[in-house]
Amino acid sequence: MKQTWLIFVKDIQQEFKTRYAINAILLFAVVTLSAVSFAIGTFTAGNQVLSALFWVILFFSSMSGLSHIFIREEESQTADTLKLVASPMHIYLGKFLFNLILLFALEIILVPLFIAVMNFKLGNFPLFLLTLFIGSFGMAGGGTMVAAIISKASSKGALFTVLAFPIILPVMITGISATKKATETTPIASAQNELQALFAFGVIIITASILLFDYVWNE
Amino acid sequence: MKLIAEQIVKRFGTHLILRNINFEVRSGSSLVITGANGSGKTTLVKILSNLIAPTRGRVIYQNEKGSIPRDHMYRFIGLVGPYLQLYQELTAQENLVFFARMREVSDYENRIAFLMERLGLKGREKDPVKAYSSGMQQRLKYVCALLHEPEILFIDEPRSNLDQQGVDTVYEILSEQKKDKILVVATNDREDLRLADQIIKVGKE
Repeated sequence: MKQTWLIFVKDIQQEFKTRYAINAILLFAVVTLSAVSFAIGTFTAGNQVLSALFWVILFFSSMSGLSHIFIREEESQTADTLKLVASPMHIYLGKFLFNLILLFALEIILVPLFIAVMNFKLGNFPLFLLTLFIGSFGMAGGGTMVAAIISKASSKGALFTVLAFPIILPVMITGISATKKATETTPIASAQNELQALFAFGVIIITASILLFDYVWNE
Repeated sequence: MKLIAEQIVKRFGTHLILRNINFEVRSGSSLVITGANGSGKTTLVKILSNLIAPTRGRVIYQNEKGSIPRDHMYRFIGLVGPYLQLYQELTAQENLVFFARMREVSDYENRIAFLMERLGLKGREKDPVKAYSSGMQQRLKYVCALLHEPEILFIDEPRSNLDQQGVDTVYEILSEQKKDKILVVATNDREDLRLADQIIKVGKE
């Protein structure tokens, strides 16, 4: 696990110097939120619509940043240098960890902005946070794997969102359902099925990615 | 330590690049791979260093305990080539500490200081790699490849971007490497043939 940690720290160091991924996702989130806010205007959107809008903004904002982790390695020709010093599993886990932290950073900014701008009322805030926390693992796990797949393609940006969408769709649908419940004053147990599904999806996608990453990374 | 190539074949689509490459190199000797541009020298180095898989055949790394698993090969390999870059945004020191720790080098601070001085880069540790000239970056790649005192050192185009002083230093290092370890050099410069104990010519006869 030491190698995983070293790769993660290296990526954080690079990100602090370039701020490439964090700027991309935060700017995308703010611009999209503003656009949605202006589009809705004075109409009153229900909890179901607002929950869906939140996850759509979160999905597209994260798509603008999660792919950088491998594209950066390919474009700067450091992917082979990294291959020489680490096993594929450690590389995947290091990159996953970085994307997970990136996603948390996005959520820290997006959640209060969304609540304030969209007048989003949450009846059970801990349930909302728990949904986001568990769902982030599936999003980061799937996003990291797709980022590795598309990093060798020529039209990377467009491909990433298209390929990531069906993989992350289960997280979005379940996340929207759990978020809708969080807008009501229901106990956390009422969203037990959704939370279990999010957890199971995260475990499956991360395990499958670890098992398959060798084939993606070495070909 | 032994590096064995058995019946290596590499195709890219229908294009046959390498046909039945066989050799064995032992510690204390060297192999020079020659051939014209596009003959497959770099492809062979990438296969030998585990960066790409051969279409057929296999590469075996063997020490006194037996064959070394693919996942552990990184501990034994050092590679310098024009297609391997260091992290441009990070400083030389940050790059070297990262690679040294990844390769589990003990006492890496002294090792880095020693190699930076030897390659003429002392005092430039805190500079970002992107501020280095191409020649300095090439020297830094040598420092990086030598950090863990690799049992097998692969060099693709050893003189690339180096001035005469750099070439002399690198030649000293390569001569030391082949005394008790394995050195594999890919080149089309005739002068580099003097490093060779064995020569393999790839491409069309």
